[in-house]
Amino acid sequence: MAITLFMDGKEITAEENHTLLEAARENGIDIPTICFHEATTANALCRICMVEVEGMRTLQPACIVRAANQMKVQTRSERVIRARRTILEMLASTMDLSESSEIQKMMSEYGADVNRFPDAHRRESEVKDDNPMYVRDYSKCLLCWRCVQVCADDVQYTFAINFSGRGFETQIATFYDRAIPETSCVLCGQCVAVCPTGALKPKREFLLEQGMTPQQIGVLNSGRKKRK
Amino acid sequence: MSEIDLSPLKPAIQSFVPLGRSGLLPALHAAQKIYGWLPQEVAAEVGKSLRVPLADVHGVIEFYSLFYNEPVGRKIIRVCTDPACGLKGADGLLERLCRHHNVEPGETTPDLTLTIEPSPCLGLCEQAPAVWTMDDGQWMIGDGVMESHRPPSAVYGLIRELTANCGNGTTTLEKYGEYAAYKKALTMTPDEVIAETDKASGLVGRGGAAFPTGIKWGSAAKIQSDQKYIVCNADESEPGTFKDRVLLLDDPHRTIEGMCIAAYAIGADKGYIYIRGEYPYIVPVLENALDEARAAGYLGKHFDIEIRVGAGAYICGEETALFESLEGKRGFPRVKPPFPTTSGLFGKPTVINNVETLCNLPLIISKGSAEYRKLGTEMSPGPKLFCVSGDVEKPGLYEVPFGVTLRELLNLSGGVANGKELKAVLFGGAAGAFATSEHLDVKLTFEDLRAVGLPLGSGVVMVFDETRELRDVLKRLGKFFAHESCGKCYPCQMGTQRQMEILDRLAAGDFREGDSACLQDVGWTMTDASLCGLGQTAGSAVLSAMKAFPELFVER
Repeated sequence: MAITLFMDGKEITAEENHTLLEAARENGIDIPTICFHEATTANALCRICMVEVEGMRTLQPACIVRAANQMKVQTRSERVIRARRTILEMLASTMDLSESSEIQKMMSEYGADVNRFPDAHRRESEVKDDNPMYVRDYSKCLLCWRCVQVCADDVQYTFAINFSGRGFETQIATFYDRAIPETSCVLCGQCVAVCPTGALKPKREFLLEQGMTPQQIGVLNSGRKKRK
Repeated sequence: MSEIDLSPLKPAIQSFVPLGRSGLLPALHAAQKIYGWLPQEVAAEVGKSLRVPLADVHGVIEFYSLFYNEPVGRKIIRVCTDPACGLKGADGLLERLCRHHNVEPGETTPDLTLTIEPSPCLGLCEQAPAVWTMDDGQWMIGDGVMESHRPPSAVYGLIRELTANCGNGTTTLEKYGEYAAYKKALTMTPDEVIAETDKASGLVGRGGAAFPTGIKWGSAAKIQSDQKYIVCNADESEPGTFKDRVLLLDDPHRTIEGMCIAAYAIGADKGYIYIRGEYPYIVPVLENALDEARAAGYLGKHFDIEIRVGAGAYICGEETALFESLEGKRGFPRVKPPFPTTSGLFGKPTVINNVETLCNLPLIISKGSAEYRKLGTEMSPGPKLFCVSGDVEKPGLYEVPFGVTLRELLNLSGGVANGKELKAVLFGGAAGAFATSEHLDVKLTFEDLRAVGLPLGSGVVMVFDETRELRDVLKRLGKFFAHESCGKCYPCQMGTQRQMEILDRLAAGDFREGDSACLQDVGWTMTDASLCGLGQTAGSAVLSAMKAFPELFVER
């Protein structure tokens, strides 16, 4: 059944049970997202899709809040913009966004200052190159959880990765930080496919970026192949 | 890697195996008791036995501060460095202890005999500076000079309703008497019990959120389900809060009776008491009380209660994070809706109440709501506990009727210590706000405090005299939230870190242009956009200080 609601003063119709994000997209209204992905359960982590819903004390995540009849939603109010801009500025001061073109675009759209928190502690870590299929560069990880979710019960049921630490120090981790081949990982590649920031990258792409030629990579791989 | 003998592990975790994943925290506690920490082989064995993926076992160990994935001393000394203890020389105490034992804070001696750590609030604020020592499984509580197996209770106030049995050691069932209120409740219909608790008594939650208890019960009661739960939230971790510790330690039967009444009202047959890991001395007291209640026939037939022990995570006081923890997971708060009353613990309708809230129930039912309402005000009926700490003559737990003024409460506690003037009162805990001498005549009720923008929270009244450096207090609050953020949602995960960094600098006298604007943006973004109550209040005290003491944020 279709319902009517108001987004930024405009009357729109949406399917009942659709989220505010779906309703917005169906009506050509842009609400930015970072952690959201069609293939994973929406967890409302990144809070970049927050919108102002009349009658609610705090901002609401559009990715999970359902549209309701006569709901009044502001997707670009001052409160919304302040929250989005501040979250983006904190991201820029925390991680390496060099391969996150979408987030860079958002930063300029919201006037986010990349140097808002100049001496801030950044999450930095060494590139983990421990398996033939992909490399993990958690300096680029923004903790969207997608990789953990696809590895677990959203897709693959492999449960090779989870978290270490807590709060700002959280990182995606294997059991006692063991190398990937020593875990239950089946090298399915689902995590690499859903990573939005280049933190997880196919080994081949990584090696090409390091300046290796396809021929050199082929030589590397030939040693591993065993065909009968 | 050295060989680890796994043979004592299996019998120790045997009883948790049938619980599956939900048995993970109890099993890890049991394992750590044997090995002192959680080596890989041990964690792997626990995971295999309980059928929990190894990466998830590791994730859980990493989440909780009291689980160690590397060797620690057989003896661990934890010194609270949160604001109330900070006032009473916690930093110096930590430094002296470390110097004496020749070890750095947070480090372990090479022979693995001793670890000394700074700690978030231990819930011993009236005895500041608080020290909690675990020595080969034995605990000691003290202030760096005196140590005991059980913290003393300092209970004062104008009335002794909730605290009638507090202050003289643990009250046995024999001394507590029969569960008269529960017996009376059983003669009423569940709907009548709910009605009495709802608008009739006006009871709202005492854990900090002040949600009407009757509404919570009513919505859980009307849902049909094969299983419902009552959970007692005893994860008291709000800096400055120690009321639940006293209630449970001195009068465990009042909480248990409250849970029995709640269980009858909503039709639950299973209850959990989730108690914070920093209160190990309460666990045997509760176990004994549950045994007494079973022997007397109050528990065991229609309703029974299990104790679960947390492992060092403030966030687990958030109701849905607490459920996750009970289910054997990292304590990440869930998105709401669904609310606990429809889908709570194990996805079943669940009522979760704070200890003090539950302790009000025997009063309400036995006296009747009309008599109960004779205490307090129209909008805030009943008795209220305040945790008074910091610069007062007599820190302690104070029971008063709602409606006394802050001035009256401070007078009861002997006033500002050493004849000094009042500078500020931190109201409601780390997640609270600062009051000043302007607020002395504000009545301590939900409505009066709300009108002046102060939260009642969990009843924290932390007093700072005129000589205190509030930047140091703010720095400690900032550190607390950065340490305790779960890391799930971005505003809180990064905001608590950025807030801490700026507050650290300000406390060190390093001021920069734009600091105030950054604190405002970070604070309001956390308040307005965080996923749970922790993040939504992590900027509260700082934002209130910016209003009350703007001079703190600019160069002197």
